[in-house]
Amino acid sequence: MALLELDSVTRRFGGVVALDSVSLAIGEGEIAGLIGPNGAGKTTAFNVVTRLYAPDGGRLSFAGRDLLRVKPHRIVGLGIARTFQNVELFRRMTVLDNVLVGAHSRTGFGGEKEARAEALETLSYLDLAHLARRPATGLPFGTLKRVELARALVSRPRLLLLDEPAGGLNHEEVEELKGLIRRIRQDFSVTVFLVEHHMALVMSVSDRVHVLNFGRKIAEGTPAEVRENPAVVEAYLGA
Amino acid sequence: MDGQLFAQQVVSGLANGAVYASLALALVLIYRTTHVVNFAQGEMAMFTTFVAWSLNNRMSYWPAFVLTLAFAFVFGAAIERVVIRPVEQASHLTVIMVTIALFVTVNGFVLWVWTPDLRDFPTPFTGEPVVVAGVFFARHEIGIIALTVATVVVLWAFFRFTKLGLAMRAAAIRPEAARLLGVRVGWMLALGWGFAAVLGAIAGMMTAPLRLLDPNMMQPVLIYAFAAAVLGGIASPAGAVIGGFTIGVGINLLATYVDFVTPELELPVAFAVLIGILLFRPAGIFGRVAARRV
Repeated sequence: MALLELDSVTRRFGGVVALDSVSLAIGEGEIAGLIGPNGAGKTTAFNVVTRLYAPDGGRLSFAGRDLLRVKPHRIVGLGIARTFQNVELFRRMTVLDNVLVGAHSRTGFGGEKEARAEALETLSYLDLAHLARRPATGLPFGTLKRVELARALVSRPRLLLLDEPAGGLNHEEVEELKGLIRRIRQDFSVTVFLVEHHMALVMSVSDRVHVLNFGRKIAEGTPAEVRENPAVVEAYLGA
Repeated sequence: MDGQLFAQQVVSGLANGAVYASLALALVLIYRTTHVVNFAQGEMAMFTTFVAWSLNNRMSYWPAFVLTLAFAFVFGAAIERVVIRPVEQASHLTVIMVTIALFVTVNGFVLWVWTPDLRDFPTPFTGEPVVVAGVFFARHEIGIIALTVATVVVLWAFFRFTKLGLAMRAAAIRPEAARLLGVRVGWMLALGWGFAAVLGAIAGMMTAPLRLLDPNMMQPVLIYAFAAAVLGGIASPAGAVIGGFTIGVGINLLATYVDFVTPELELPVAFAVLIGILLFRPAGIFGRVAARRV
């Protein structure tokens, strides 16, 4: 059974159909990529899955549960965590406090010591421990993305949604990210679903790739299959 | 210059300033959580002080004080859930109109229930003046300053060291991200209003013994509190507290040492100074100018 399943999900913004009856399934332990030209509806798909947007039609389920019956603040408890395209960290708070907010989602009331320990442990895993006391503002963009990743990981998700993890990173950082995403799947036994513009990254880390164009799903398959797909080539080259 | 007079005026300015600081902090708290300037903050404070007055007729001071704070907390949180929540997504102007409506409603309600008579309100800080190096200071003034400083420290520790405080900060900064990390953002905003109402209740109960309790008592205080919050940079809690004390002391010293500043002129002169400062520091003393990418 698929871990995450979207069944004919539609979402409109006024006259624009951001998601047009999109169906896709992601299996447990998979690294799945979601690609498509600008405005294809990729981030909208993430926002629907995390319940920030209610879909206008369709169904979505996570581990067999109907996600449409789950409120946004309960999403993390089910085991879904995400990062954001433009980094939505809590400015003015320290790096550690940012990650602590994520840790609290698991420890509930009490357990402050464990929360702190896990936050620090996650920060060291991502080589960020030395920045724990620094405020989240003023750090380089690539570092902020890692902090956000730490904040998502510390909640020990079953499904990790990464919205453009390579955005704004330089060549070396992208290379490093490839290894990191695979390592995270291994070490945290997590399923990864990522939206990405950086083709080389998506194609090299994903087990399966789903392609959106103007809100419609136009292709799905292994990276090799998708690369050869005429509809995908046309969408990207506009030929 | 007479050192004794100067010291006394500074301390009594700090006492007035403590009240402005509490109410300014309430304004900042609400501004940071809901991004609303709450024009009803003073009237809410006045209302809870009337509740304290009624409680004082039935029990001794400190139990009434604590009960009033509890009532203020519930009242503030309820106002957020019932009155502010429905217009949360509306334009700022709409929300401001709602807080002005709240101002008028609360004021009218108090007039209706308690009548406009002036009343005495007790201070818990009684006894002989405190003498330091031959200078006399009123107990009530020392008490207000100590109580305000203690409140500020407790509030700071709450936001800095507790899980709930962290969640409230997260909800105020990035509501969507906080929600996806399991924070119940709506309740955090209601808590913010509750805390603000508690600060207001303290300000009201400390003001009433100085001026007599009446339904319009908090209006000048609110104006000074606005000035303090703006001077501190509207979003800075430390700025609001320092702004409150600065305005309290500044006005007292002006009224004491500048001959043409009579009590009637205190407010305009204070504002002239405020405008002067904002001309040079438009974001307030502690405010930061936000650079926006365009």
